[in-house]
Amino acid sequence: MIDRIPILQIGDFLLITIQVDMHDQLALTLQDDLTTRIEKTGARGVLLDISTLDVVDSFIGRMISNISAVAGVLSASTVVVGMQPAVAITLVELGLSLPGVQTALNAERGMELLRAAMDKEVAGDAGGQ
Amino acid sequence: MQKTAEILRNADSTLQDEWIADLQAGGWGDGGRYSETDWRNQASDFLKLLAAASQNGIPDLDGSGGTALRNHLETLSRTMAMRGATSAQTATFVFSLKKPIFSQLQKAIPGDATRLAEEMWAANGLIDRLGLHSVSSYQKSREDIINRQQEEMLELSTPVVKLWDGVLALPMIGTLDSARTQIVMESLLQRIVETGSTIAIIDITGVPTVDTLVAQHLLKTVTAIRLMGADCIISGIRPQIAQTIVHLGIDLTGISTKASLADALTLALKRSGYSVQKQAGAAL
Amino acid sequence: MQVVSDARVELSVEADIVRARQLVRKLAQDSRFSLVDQTKLVTAASELARNTVKHGGGGHMNMELLSEGDRQGIRLQFIDQGPGIADLDQAMTDGWTSGGGLGLGLSGSRRLSNEFEIQSTPGAGTRVSITRWK
Repeated sequence: MIDRIPILQIGDFLLITIQVDMHDQLALTLQDDLTTRIEKTGARGVLLDISTLDVVDSFIGRMISNISAVAGVLSASTVVVGMQPAVAITLVELGLSLPGVQTALNAERGMELLRAAMDKEVAGDAGGQ
Repeated sequence: MQKTAEILRNADSTLQDEWIADLQAGGWGDGGRYSETDWRNQASDFLKLLAAASQNGIPDLDGSGGTALRNHLETLSRTMAMRGATSAQTATFVFSLKKPIFSQLQKAIPGDATRLAEEMWAANGLIDRLGLHSVSSYQKSREDIINRQQEEMLELSTPVVKLWDGVLALPMIGTLDSARTQIVMESLLQRIVETGSTIAIIDITGVPTVDTLVAQHLLKTVTAIRLMGADCIISGIRPQIAQTIVHLGIDLTGISTKASLADALTLALKRSGYSVQKQAGAAL
Repeated sequence: MQVVSDARVELSVEADIVRARQLVRKLAQDSRFSLVDQTKLVTAASELARNTVKHGGGGHMNMELLSEGDRQGIRLQFIDQGPGIADLDQAMTDGWTSGGGLGLGLSGSRRLSNEFEIQSTPGAGTRVSITRWK
């Protein structure tokens, strides 16, 4: 079992690809690692790729919500991409709708969303001066 | 019933040859779907498994020792079902094993009528169980084929259509039952992922009534679509359905709804950043 | 109804939750459940296994493949000798949590399963049983 999920930095964004069946501790470590990385790099966007995740239970669902919320507090937007249909159907049945979490069908769309969010913020800053 | 088990354990080519001879005499396999080599191999494999399962007495089909036998029968039945054999042919293959076993029992237990009867009864019971298992496997295979055909028909009758780049439409027609709705929704989600479409329009113009269960499925589908990163518009809500929805207390806030598919398409295009303009003098 | 096969999986540490998920997935896959049904079963198993490990003080899962006439099903039982649940109704209400959980474990697992049963006695442990039919 691996003990941490790698976080890649691409420009202003951080990319996390989850490819293993995560045990709870791994999920908690990821949240911590990500918080530290955002702070260290000043990243403005986080792309969480769950396209190979075939199970998302309430623990992982909470991890996803937390990541999105914490990143937001640190001024980074989060987009979760690649959720599988069976996972989406199950999450809805489970009662988890992940409010406040942005999602996109794939990494490409996700990046577009992140860039748009960044541009909007820049424009907002400029307008406020 | 020790003698029967012993015969099965020590089954030699005599048993097999008699079995095959009986099958041939009965015209089994005529019509050429099964070549003689096929039968011999099937018979030989079956007898080997029967021998292995008879190590501690009459095979217990239901226990773990009978698993290999059950699987073999299922495979055999499935193959025969796919080749169009009747269930009678499948059962006959197994039931024909009785006569050779009975004749070996008679040779092995001369003069003890009571014991012979007991052994024959046990052997009879075993073959009956094997035959019945092969028949129910056969029926299951036929059902699987029918189910698959039904699913294919279902997919054909509820096609997911690409209206534009990134816009899919699912026109639902006819009454929706719970099972059908679930299958259809699953295939819609799958197509969304496959095509990378960001908007799905579910059109229920052709649906006469919507009950609570169906409405709930629709709502769950919309939520699932959003979770995946796409969006959904429900169109074709006729006045009667609108009333039913309100009456049932179903909350559609946050879900885009349009009276017609055309309106839904307009909205979808707008959301996707497209605009349609009429060009002056273009109409022919 | 027959039990075609059964297996016992110990649930004492976190790693066992992942293991339970994988074993349930394999059984459901081998038994040719649809992908959505597999996912629902595995997700429910994950919730209940976590409850057993984290709130039940550890226990085990019984995994059974059932056969009833023409249909096949998988039944999972989660058993622990932990503190038990005093108020079952409250525990089964969405969002309720005894601390640390999202509160969806029990009620969510019920929604994801065809059959759901729970027995719990304070001080004597908990047994949750879920079944999914193909």
